Amino acid sequence: MSDKPTLDRADARVHHDDSLKGALKDFSDRLRSGDLGMLPVIIGLILISTVFSMLNPVFLAPNNLVNLLFDCATVGVISLGIVCVLMLGEIDLSVGSMSGLASAMIGVLWVNAGVSLPLAILAALATGALIGAVYAVLYNRLGMPSFVSTLSGLLAILGLQLYILGPTGSINLPFASPLVGFGQLWILPAWLSYLLGLVPGAVMVWVGLSVMRQRQAAGLSSQPLTRLVLKAAALTVALEGAIYYLHLGRGVPMMFGLFVLLAVILNYGLTRTQWGRSMFAVGGNREAARRSGINVRRIYLSAFMLCSTLAALGGILSASRLASSSQQAGTGDVNLNAIAAAVIGGTSLFGGRGSAWSAVLGIIVIQAISNGLTLLNLSSSLRYMITGGVLAIAVIVDSLARQSRVSHGRG
Amino acid sequence: MQARERLPAKGERILSLRGVSKRFGAVSALTDIELDVHAGEVVALVGDNGAGKSTLVKVLAGVHQPTEGAIEYMGRPVTLDTPATALEMGIATVFQDLALCENLDVVANLFLGHELSPWRLDEVQMEVRAWTLLKELAARIPSVREPVASLSGGQRQTVAIARSLLLDPRIIMLDEPTAALGVAQTAEVLNLIERVRDRGLGVIIISHNMEDVRAVADRIVVLRLGRNNGVFTAETSHQDLVAAITGASENSVSRRQERLAAEAGGTPA
Repeated sequence: MSDKPTLDRADARVHHDDSLKGALKDFSDRLRSGDLGMLPVIIGLILISTVFSMLNPVFLAPNNLVNLLFDCATVGVISLGIVCVLMLGEIDLSVGSMSGLASAMIGVLWVNAGVSLPLAILAALATGALIGAVYAVLYNRLGMPSFVSTLSGLLAILGLQLYILGPTGSINLPFASPLVGFGQLWILPAWLSYLLGLVPGAVMVWVGLSVMRQRQAAGLSSQPLTRLVLKAAALTVALEGAIYYLHLGRGVPMMFGLFVLLAVILNYGLTRTQWGRSMFAVGGNREAARRSGINVRRIYLSAFMLCSTLAALGGILSASRLASSSQQAGTGDVNLNAIAAAVIGGTSLFGGRGSAWSAVLGIIVIQAISNGLTLLNLSSSLRYMITGGVLAIAVIVDSLARQSRVSHGRG
Repeated sequence: MQARERLPAKGERILSLRGVSKRFGAVSALTDIELDVHAGEVVALVGDNGAGKSTLVKVLAGVHQPTEGAIEYMGRPVTLDTPATALEMGIATVFQDLALCENLDVVANLFLGHELSPWRLDEVQMEVRAWTLLKELAARIPSVREPVASLSGGQRQTVAIARSLLLDPRIIMLDEPTAALGVAQTAEVLNLIERVRDRGLGVIIISHNMEDVRAVADRIVVLRLGRNNGVFTAETSHQDLVAAITGASENSVSRRQERLAAEAGGTPA
């Protein structure tokens, strides 16, 4: 270590400690100031699995977890879109209806009208994008609050779904088709899932090293190598352990792989691109973002379109999961679950804070609760009440953490 | 960006407004405003509340569009229809209500809307440039990786000014830059303004504080009820300035202008 302080550590007011103890202290300081990050959801997940596995040991059985992941993927993809709109402090209440419409379109176009599957999927996604664009225009040009525009969208799209399904109300998808296989059967080959499990740790080390080199070259401080390696190692061990456990059952569902891939892409977009930075800025202070030259309308457009498109994709996945397009698709708790997942995972309802991973972790919590309650043979009435309670708790945690952040000067 | 190929020579006219008016419905916020700004010059805009100073700044920043009138920038007529256009041309603004995003850190705020390599943000390069710029301005920000919410008022003002300089502007406008600041911080901001001026930029500063205005301004442009009400220099007496601002003794201002006109007319050409 040279004696000359690095560019960013020259000020005496900045305390820093590179040892493990220092890292732990930083972490606890952050928690105390209300910067909770993913912690509540991880604690919640541990709590939920302990309780449910005590009540019914089947809960933690590998094959039950595989089913859980299959279920996560459908609503989880919708939740990714919700993260985008929540990031701007807006909401889309029509994602459930949108997913139902997309699933209905697959049934009507592909099974009834004989359109090829890729074309039907494309049509459903395009419809999603179009509806998102309509919300954005209503918001940008007419100043219609997204709460109201998407609430009316909820009804209108549900009506459209019922209309195109017609009097039969339900269309079965051919069971031997790849779409249904993807939604119910397809599992990543064991070698591939183990290999993919190595990727995050490897990327972490690789990116970490290159950033470290750049920062040293530029005269900035960099995180200690041991901390980086430890983090990557812990992540890899956890992932490989989880994959091993899942392969005691059927293995890692391909659909869940797609969900994680989408989350990775969204995460990159939000954290490493100008678009993502603009999303945070608009969510944090819309006027400030506008004055710094960001095209705020385009940011809203992108978020609403992304949200509705992902909702449509979620609808297609749920059609493949259920092997049918029905009037029930996208109704009930889909809407609430998708929104709850994002919030439980730590995306703030107040805008300006969030992450793609919050959708992944949040939906696992939601589905774990719903799955555990189903295993206990509880009726859906109780399930709704409990999920509602969990959402309320998540929002309370979000509000309290926000107040604490404000008083600790952490935005 | 073409507008900034060449640095204007010191004293060259950068910006000129002719007959600019802005009406909000029945209310005329600005009427027939004339304003010139030259390179390497600090122009102070003073006036009472409601005189139209902030509206004028917003017009120049592209936030509001003028109802009438022409704006000439670097010798060419321009239309400032969005904040982005104004920024691109080289008109930077530090707004009174500091336009910073509290949830983002200092680096992110400095580069907001103009991030380096948009598809793969170059955080390292941005951080280095942030430090260099803050050092140049002798700004004392402890850490650029803390959210702006944790900074004091003066530090935020510094970040806001630094951000306006990052885009290499030709003109920088400061709306009440010292209003919320302590004594030492005010002095620092005034130093900062002088450093910016010495770089050859035109500076427009709005302030209620006559001392600050007199300390840095080369010319003092007075607005009253949305109209031009005289151009003064730092040597003008406090009374005359106040009179022009408040309009309380319209006579003394007009007397002075008559006298000046008489002197100019009386001197052989």
